[in-house]
Amino acid sequence: MHGTQILDEADRLMTVCNSCRYCEGLCAVFPAMEMRRAFSDGDLNYLANLCHSCGACYVDCQFSPPHEFNVNVPKTLAVARAESYAAYAWPLALSGAFARNGLVISIVAALSMAAFILGFAALNDRNVLFGVHTGPGAFYKLMPHNAMAALFSAAFLFAILALVMSVRAFWRDIGTPIGGRADGGSIFQAMRDAGELRYLHGGGVGCYNEDDKPTDRRKLYHHLTFYGFLLCFAATSVATLYHYLLGREAPYPWWDLPVVLGTLGGIGLIVGPIGLFIAKSRRAPELLDENRYGMDVGFIAMLFLTGVTGMLLLLLRETSAMGPLLALHLGAVFALFITMPYGKFVHGIYRFAALVRYAQERRSEAGS
Amino acid sequence: MSSKYDVLVIGGGNAALCAAISARRGGASVLVLEGAPKFYRGGNTRHTRNMRCAHDAATEILTGPYTEEEFWEDLLRVTGGQTDEVLARHMIRESKDILNWIVEQGVRWQPSLGGTLSLGRTNSFFLGGGRAMLNALYLTAENLGVEVEYDAEVTDLVIEDGMFLAARLKRPINGETEIRATSLVAAAGGFEANIEWLKQYWGEAADNFLIRGTPYNRGSILKMLLAKGVQEVGDPTQCHAVAIDARAPKFDGGIITRHDSVVFGIVVNKHSQRFYDEGEDIWPKRYAIWGRLVAAQPDQIAYIIFDSTVVTSFMPTLFPPIAGQTIAELAGKLELDPAALERTLTEFNAAVQPGTFDHTILDDCRTEGITPQKTHWARRIETPPYLAYPVRPGITFTYLGTRVNKEARLLMADGKSSANMFAAGEIMAGNVLGKGYAAGMGMTIGSVFGRIAGREAARHAKN
Repeated sequence: MHGTQILDEADRLMTVCNSCRYCEGLCAVFPAMEMRRAFSDGDLNYLANLCHSCGACYVDCQFSPPHEFNVNVPKTLAVARAESYAAYAWPLALSGAFARNGLVISIVAALSMAAFILGFAALNDRNVLFGVHTGPGAFYKLMPHNAMAALFSAAFLFAILALVMSVRAFWRDIGTPIGGRADGGSIFQAMRDAGELRYLHGGGVGCYNEDDKPTDRRKLYHHLTFYGFLLCFAATSVATLYHYLLGREAPYPWWDLPVVLGTLGGIGLIVGPIGLFIAKSRRAPELLDENRYGMDVGFIAMLFLTGVTGMLLLLLRETSAMGPLLALHLGAVFALFITMPYGKFVHGIYRFAALVRYAQERRSEAGS
Repeated sequence: MSSKYDVLVIGGGNAALCAAISARRGGASVLVLEGAPKFYRGGNTRHTRNMRCAHDAATEILTGPYTEEEFWEDLLRVTGGQTDEVLARHMIRESKDILNWIVEQGVRWQPSLGGTLSLGRTNSFFLGGGRAMLNALYLTAENLGVEVEYDAEVTDLVIEDGMFLAARLKRPINGETEIRATSLVAAAGGFEANIEWLKQYWGEAADNFLIRGTPYNRGSILKMLLAKGVQEVGDPTQCHAVAIDARAPKFDGGIITRHDSVVFGIVVNKHSQRFYDEGEDIWPKRYAIWGRLVAAQPDQIAYIIFDSTVVTSFMPTLFPPIAGQTIAELAGKLELDPAALERTLTEFNAAVQPGTFDHTILDDCRTEGITPQKTHWARRIETPPYLAYPVRPGITFTYLGTRVNKEARLLMADGKSSANMFAAGEIMAGNVLGKGYAAGMGMTIGSVFGRIAGREAARHAKN
């Protein structure tokens, strides 16, 4: 018996699957399962986070419902995965944020954006808030650079700390049987697997989402979202370097590197989340963890909001709308940062850790 | 006036879909009538995992060559010569091209599954298993314009002088209760799920059989064809039957109820007596005799007995082994006579000769001085906990069928060939399989004869 009902069910399914193994060519979950004959909580959380929810094993399973064996691996692992986020959350006191995550994320986002608006309004003259500011340092007329940097650094560092502590607990729990530190080769392998979403492809034909035809486009939308996010992150990083190393202050002209990166990333962060949201809303109910709909959509919405406010700010930065839009954008980014460890964002971190573990297991198996 | 198709395919498994695709590619209009609901479509194909095809060289997924001659020798050995050589050799020859043809129909291969013993050279595995294979075939068929109806039970066939005219339906399709077609491909499987029919040959013992596939494999089309003058082939008691866990559901337990542990232990009946050489040959060539062996035992029950030293030698099982710290405790849990089980194990252990164990070859670990002998892989069973799996006959498919020629064309009882009726798959497996089985052969029969039947049915319809 395991700690939770869903882990009991995951254990039952892995026992069924391990005596079948037809799905071993579909993804990493089943080969990892085959390396075990019994499953601890950590093993099941590992397998749950290794699953990319491509749906192929459900469509290909002769024992999926209405069969009496009632094998539904994607949904069971989706629920187990979501519960694992709460189980490993740091500090544990905040794990409750996962329970009604959509609501939590919306409230945090709304409060954050409202705080920036009100803050801007309170600290700035009406003429400044709705004024037209151009040229280097324009943004900092509304919020001093150092204040902005301090606030966001603090939020970012907190997010990093919480994520590191969470993933550390996860890593320790999935440590058996090989344990130990991650090696460079396995990390590189995991980066490749994550970077190309190697296991979101239904074993080659594509993923399943709304029906039994492999027509899913989630991989494409996920790439747009993920690489959009990375490009935006790169844009911010380059801008930071400009500021401190070159003494060049934002905003930058449209052709300059931070803006080009941010624009491309922003487009990804708008198109990608829309695609993911449409896919989510069309997803077959038997594959969907409907209790986590809020968490999934909350994160998608946060990314979308970040992308949209950023792009609007770029387009309208030379008008009187710049002040309010800057407040909205900063509010969205701030909310995104502080909710990162307590929302769907963590799926990437845990899945990456699981992929590293899987790469290690493959190496150790090949070496033995 | 009722609509008319060039080719009507009855059945919805591998053979039926290969026939439908092949007929459609031959230019025919095709309707597939699957008697089962959509989820249970495909008969036994949904539970399969590989196909045995001849090949002259290793491939990406096969570890070495498997020549036509070797395939033929394997078939000869498992059937004890009870096969139609002309048909069998034809099938083996055609199987070579099936490796490629089936991929062109969207099916994907993978190397042999982890934990499957000794099939890596001879058998090609379906990526994602049999249901994935079916899904690919259905998708291809539908994209080509093949029409498919589920829950489409056929209640009667209109056949005159060996000529198919129409099929009557239980449920109307597009308002019609009768479907006419120029050619018929019968690919609706055996009668393994029809317990009443099995009882005609097996008596009450059939009540203790477990059926590995769906309850829809009732053999109704086979029965109709035989009743309407098609020539019968095969022994009605012969079938693909394996020993499966006695705790399995009555129907559709599929692959996960089977046991691969026989060669690692001994098998006793309800009187704690051994009854067959557990180490006769490597498992993929012998697993399919154990269903019949258990069926012949009292109450159709047997127990695979082994000890804790071998539990990781075979694939993990759905149902856990029953365990006892002593032989007597185990016997108690199995409701066997403890003294009798202890005697059997003591005699067996005493008869085990020294040797070097290797489950991948016919090793030299054997017994001497007991009957039946265990001729390979015999090792003492003496390390507690003692473990057991209760097993019953699990019927995969029956061999009684319709006789066909090399064109997959049905032969009538008077020896003449039918003008427009063809058969493929389990419904005609008895032409090739008089008895016995080697892993993956059912799918070879289905794909090879399905493809031929579809091609010939389309050719007839287009002429």
